[in-house]
Amino acid sequence: MLIDKKHIGMKVPPHSVTPTAWQLKWFAKATGETNPIYFDEAAAAQAGLPGVLVPPTFFFCMDMDKDHPFDYLETMGCDLGKMLHGEQSFVYHKPVHSGEKLDFDGVITDIYDKKNGALQFVVKDVKVLRQGELVCDVHSVMVIRA
Amino acid sequence: MTKPNYDALNVGDAIPSFTTEPVSRLTLALYATGSGDHHPLHLDQDYVRSKGIPDVFAHGMLGMGYLGRLLTQWVPQAAIRSFGVRFTAITQVGERLVCTGKVVEKLEQAGERCVRLELTCANEQGEAKHKADAVVALA
Repeated sequence: MLIDKKHIGMKVPPHSVTPTAWQLKWFAKATGETNPIYFDEAAAAQAGLPGVLVPPTFFFCMDMDKDHPFDYLETMGCDLGKMLHGEQSFVYHKPVHSGEKLDFDGVITDIYDKKNGALQFVVKDVKVLRQGELVCDVHSVMVIRA
Repeated sequence: MTKPNYDALNVGDAIPSFTTEPVSRLTLALYATGSGDHHPLHLDQDYVRSKGIPDVFAHGMLGMGYLGRLLTQWVPQAAIRSFGVRFTAITQVGERLVCTGKVVEKLEQAGERCVRLELTCANEQGEAKHKADAVVALA
């Protein structure tokens, strides 16, 4: 069944996240990051940063940091068991650090299909704001297999 | 860190690459904690077998995380203007990932001198897992 294109323009339920040095430490360990500004609060402070630096792809993790990260696909009636991550991109405006509260404000910007509906694509664009200031744009394409 | 210089770079130049340790079940557990993504496809052998999949496999965003590290080892993170990836294949447990990048374009964007990089995360047999691009501002 094709996803109804009426969902283009649908707002994603907003959420807020304050990244923690604790979680970023594990993220750094997993990705093999050895620069301490990414996991050590003292090293970050010594480098003149207000907190541990949030790495480039962690904005995706924070975008997913909610009880039902794919609530928008559920609203569209998609089977999450058939979902794949197709594309992910970011545009960066300001650096972000642990302890800074961020607001995630997303909208569905496109829905399309290929191969006669065998693959459907749902595009979500999220603005990440810190006290109202845009710090990052998060663009995600999820693929739903028939 | 010596910051790369715009004038000294040419299209085709490679940036410093690295090869990861083999992606292990421990790597996936660490990434689950760091990312907050505890989907059983990446962690639970019993679950994946019940779905007819032989083994757990890596989070796609782990590979993008490695490519992010490739960038931040080359330039300070504040120089990265944009970074995007397409997921082309699944990474299996035990694979080492070879992360490479090269300059494909020199451009001016919003009044800044930038380079566009093409980045690849592939296994040791050369199968690309992720193809990415990034725009980095350079002095």
